[in-house]
Amino acid sequence: MHVIRPYGDTMDDGKVQLSFTLPVPDGARGREAARKLVLSWGFKDCEVVHSAPLSAEYSFYVAYGKTEASVDYDAVVADEASADASMSMDEVNEFIRRELGRKVVIVGACTGFDAHTVGIDAIMNMKGYNHHYGLERYSDMDAYNLGAQVPNEKLIDYALKVKADAVLISQVVTQKDTHIHNMTEFIELLEAKGLRERFICVAGGPRIGNKLAVELGFDVGFGRGTYADDVATFIVKRLAEKKKA
Amino acid sequence: MRTKLHLPKDRVDYARQLAQRITAPVAAFIDNHSSVTVERASLRLAGADGANADGVPVANLVVDQIRAADPALLEDGALRRYVNALVKTGEGVDGLNAKLAQGFDLMSLALGEPAAIEDKAAQLVEASASRIKDNRAHRDRKLEEFRDRNSKPLLYLIVATGNIYEDVKQAKAAAEQGADVIAVIRTTAQSLLDYVPFGPTTEGFGGTYATQENFRIMRAALDEVCEKQKRYILLTNYASGLCMPEIAAMGALERLDMMLNDSMYGILFRDINMYRTFVDQKFSRMINAYAGIIINTGEDNYLTTSDAFEKAYTVLASQFLNEQFGFRAGLPAKLQGLGHAFEMDPTIKNGFLYELSQAQMAREIFPEHPLKYMPPTKFMSGDVFKGYAMNTLFNFVSKATNQGIHLLGMLTEAVHTPFMMDRYLAVENAKYVMNSMEDFYDDVEFRKDGIIVRRAHDVLTQTINFMEEVEAIGMFDSIERGLFAEVKRPKDGGKGFEGLIKKGPGYFNPFEDYLARELGLS
Repeated sequence: MHVIRPYGDTMDDGKVQLSFTLPVPDGARGREAARKLVLSWGFKDCEVVHSAPLSAEYSFYVAYGKTEASVDYDAVVADEASADASMSMDEVNEFIRRELGRKVVIVGACTGFDAHTVGIDAIMNMKGYNHHYGLERYSDMDAYNLGAQVPNEKLIDYALKVKADAVLISQVVTQKDTHIHNMTEFIELLEAKGLRERFICVAGGPRIGNKLAVELGFDVGFGRGTYADDVATFIVKRLAEKKKA
Repeated sequence: MRTKLHLPKDRVDYARQLAQRITAPVAAFIDNHSSVTVERASLRLAGADGANADGVPVANLVVDQIRAADPALLEDGALRRYVNALVKTGEGVDGLNAKLAQGFDLMSLALGEPAAIEDKAAQLVEASASRIKDNRAHRDRKLEEFRDRNSKPLLYLIVATGNIYEDVKQAKAAAEQGADVIAVIRTTAQSLLDYVPFGPTTEGFGGTYATQENFRIMRAALDEVCEKQKRYILLTNYASGLCMPEIAAMGALERLDMMLNDSMYGILFRDINMYRTFVDQKFSRMINAYAGIIINTGEDNYLTTSDAFEKAYTVLASQFLNEQFGFRAGLPAKLQGLGHAFEMDPTIKNGFLYELSQAQMAREIFPEHPLKYMPPTKFMSGDVFKGYAMNTLFNFVSKATNQGIHLLGMLTEAVHTPFMMDRYLAVENAKYVMNSMEDFYDDVEFRKDGIIVRRAHDVLTQTINFMEEVEAIGMFDSIERGLFAEVKRPKDGGKGFEGLIKKGPGYFNPFEDYLARELGLS
């Protein structure tokens, strides 16, 4: 057992910082309502340290609470696709040459109506993100970034045309669960065409977890903080496994 | 304005000449063409409003009917047939719109006397011109009445709930918190619809449909806040896409004050056909110019796609091109909100100095333009505290260089669409920074051989080199070869190409003629 709680300035003090809006005017009554709300969430203690009006009918609060809740750290299992040590670009290229002996082809797109290419660009574009080069830069890969608002059908056709090994789907917009719809449709289309096993299917986006992606039928899902190295490492290792199998 | 950067005037003039020369062949192409949305915008100005039971707008029905009868007929423009139907049926526009929505085919009517059609068209032009002039006069009156009540730069906030009635609540709160400009961001993918939906809407993804009724609802709500706050609240929407001129027309009719309108955004970032976009942007800007609507251009997109430090010159080049396309559409400098953004990697040493340099350079090269400055987005993360610090520096640069329109950064940019309190925190940050350094701009000079000055000179030189290359290759070929934003767009590729129309000798568009006359273009 390794029991942990939030740490403010003393071990196990359980201090938590909160901020939120209430649909009431600012004032003493609003602050008391905020305090009672925080206590109702199970906090043992609450101090509302700041309030301000957002308009005549809405107000803003900053509060600190103290919790006694804890978790057993030893029993925690993380939902992360990438191993803690992904290979670097050079190591991936080397791995491809050694284990696969041919170029790895990857097609990616932001599917459905989603117009936000930041995610797919960060993983695929030459430049990459935060000093991690994108897949287009990998000498032993052919990477095709089809951009935004690509229909699932078109993505699959393209993947067949260039004989892709892996297909990346980026979903940024999650309002009204559009991402779930898009991702499900993609897998269903592949299955209907008998192509599911033909590709390694990778999903990514700020609110995509590995667990969700696998539940929806993908091989893997990558969330916030993922770089091209992580995606590349997963794909080439999976390809090597497939080759051996 | 005293220069702080000492940019050589002859080089800046030369860069402008390059932009003129680059845009000249494009302008020649534009003048010989129309498009389905240019025709629909003209129809909307004439009064073609409403939609049929399937939601197809009347403006689309008219263009589709003409095209179905004979595709070549559109070379004469769509107005002649619509006005002919008014003359022949004796209906007013509302009556005719209702008939069209119920399935009436205006191609079933023979074309009548040209003189009768032209007279009737002149009346329609007069009616819509007078409505737009009234809107403009109202805005000017209110800006005068509430003079000096807006922040400088104007604080710009976005609402994006998908439901226009929910947007109204958020927009009113934002205005009460201090916003001068409210933008209702559009639903994802509206830029790729080749029609403008009709009526009030309550369903959208990541934004709300731009419809004429939604414009009217938000305008009325903000007008209430104007009176309460004694401050004119500017309303903004987004024209770039497949319906640029139609959205411009709707904005002119419903008194929007700003419009996102970039001459190349659709081509580069939405894969819309280049010819179509160039034709559409001109007519839309003519409408914006006549309505006194400030355009906001989209240079920030170059920086989120490419590296903001290395590709800074693409922003300046695009600003020069947007300026020339604007002038060619009759849009004066004071209505050109040329865009740029604070998007450099926050880990770059001296990055703040480079951002300051870029913003000051835009200010000095475009002195009369209400520059639109965009906040950090690309390097925003779930670390909302770091994000808040980055926004503080952004606010500082904006005030220090006297930008015109300041889009407030959200600390939760990378997390979710803004909560009401996120906007409040953004306004508080900006007001604190901007008040505490109100006269900083007049009080400082930069070292002539310092990092800030040298950087601006370097970027200007790179910009000139780049535009020389574009001029040598030609605009259309440059886009095809991927010189802009590192994307290649084939000339006859992209969306909406089939909607391009070559003007015939009998092309009839009294709205275009009127605007060209009023704007001094003909």
